[in-house]
Amino acid sequence: MTLHLTQISLTHANGVQALRGVDLHIGAREQVAIIGPSGAGKSSLLNLLATALRPGDGELQVLGERAWQLSAGQRQRLRARIGLIHQSPPLPPRQRVVTAVLAGKLGQWGLGKSLLNLLYPLDIPGARAALARLDLSDKLFTQCQQLSGGQLQRVGIARVLYQAPEVLLADEPVSAMDPVLAKHTLSVLCSHAREHNVTLVASLHAVELALAHFSRIIGLRDGQILFDLPASAVDRELLDTLYANEQLERSPPPPAHLSVQIPRC
Amino acid sequence: MLTSGSRDPAVLPRLLLTLLAIALLWPGIHYSELDLSVLIASDSRSEMGRFVSAFWPPAHDETFIELLLQATLQTLAIATAGMALALLLAIPASLLASRALSLSAASRAGRPSYWGQLLRWPVRGLLIFLRSVPEIVWALLFVRAVGLGPTAGVLAIAITYSGMLGKVYAEIFESVDQRPAHTLLQSGSGRLAAFCYGILPNVSAELLSYTVYRWECAIRASVVMGFVGAGGLGQQMDLSLRMFAGGEVASLLLTFLVLVLLADQLSRLLRWRLT
Repeated sequence: MTLHLTQISLTHANGVQALRGVDLHIGAREQVAIIGPSGAGKSSLLNLLATALRPGDGELQVLGERAWQLSAGQRQRLRARIGLIHQSPPLPPRQRVVTAVLAGKLGQWGLGKSLLNLLYPLDIPGARAALARLDLSDKLFTQCQQLSGGQLQRVGIARVLYQAPEVLLADEPVSAMDPVLAKHTLSVLCSHAREHNVTLVASLHAVELALAHFSRIIGLRDGQILFDLPASAVDRELLDTLYANEQLERSPPPPAHLSVQIPRC
Repeated sequence: MLTSGSRDPAVLPRLLLTLLAIALLWPGIHYSELDLSVLIASDSRSEMGRFVSAFWPPAHDETFIELLLQATLQTLAIATAGMALALLLAIPASLLASRALSLSAASRAGRPSYWGQLLRWPVRGLLIFLRSVPEIVWALLFVRAVGLGPTAGVLAIAITYSGMLGKVYAEIFESVDQRPAHTLLQSGSGRLAAFCYGILPNVSAELLSYTVYRWECAIRASVVMGFVGAGGLGQQMDLSLRMFAGGEVASLLLTFLVLVLLADQLSRLLRWRLT
């Protein structure tokens, strides 16, 4: 079992209960899509699987290790084997694309190599190859602030592809792309996962894309798993229950607090 | 009539804050014995007038210019060497004191663990101690220890400025978007690497401008410390003032103006290159 969740609950700092009593088992090389209305806990679940959030209750095993019983150093080494694609990848605006992509391997490089790479990109062909799969190799030396939302998403994907993790998690990886590009990008992700024996878990808001590319679909609603079925067994009725009254759902938790006050002298 | 629906809930706090500011300002004026009428009194006016009228023309004979150049170079050297020493202490201290490198914050929605916060306090305390003693006091202390001369000025600047730089650097690191660094920490990178890739690109312009501004302050501070015998333009200024040589004072003041102007242009140039 690659990912093993037992009775996981998660409450955010603002008191919103994101997940309640989730049991989930995902084996190696499986390709799983998570669908559900906004605020259902899709992002929370993926962040939890990536060990970016600590569960309040329950047990989480990733790649056979109990992530939160490890020491900080061991957990960092475990994290280097997990890749999380963010919906809007947080990249420094003035960082060049090549640096942003090569940063994927920071967990595997030592400090000396990381700092040297900041002065001169050490693996330009590697970054170019990762970007080329997403049709973005011409933007190698552009600053991130000059890219559109969809291009930034592809840079974020290229970083994780370059990281070459054993578990690939993707939080709405194609939300800012047009339908053709979204389809292409998802098939790149799926074929990468197949070629490298990677476990792939992606949350998607487009149900058709999920059904077309993934063999196993998990429906998440109100922090609980509503259904966990093969794609062929998901029908209209199930989807209607999943998305019932979507307009009435509460909005997702607000973004992280940011202050820009800098005292001088 | 104001009903509860149309009232701005921020009105009362704002009003109270304004009143508080005024209430704090009055005793300030009282205790600082501020009395602007002395400026208009005729005898003090003529006294100031005589002093200022001696400023023209600024001294420009060859020996004085040579002395001025040497003093300027010494002042620049004191400020630069002091800043370099200060940075040696300020950079590691700011990294230790800042929440930006907190590993626990990355998995706790930006809030570091209580242990981490507790361990940051000694570093903060050290920075507070370093900057709470004014550089002039350090200079007086070092003049006793190492004798008259620029060394005392360099050490005094190094100590006080490492406290200021460390504090403000730490706050600059915390003031920008932390998510890039958190993302890197969550994918297994080390703290320092995550800092260099996630935070540094966002703060470099701000850091640079603050450092150049502090360098400018160090030039001024080294001038003040010259009065207590720490060399440079200040020592020259002290001598000229004692001898009532208004022309020399004017030349020295003009030199300050040029130095500050240069620092300003340098900061602008560096910021323009970086943004």
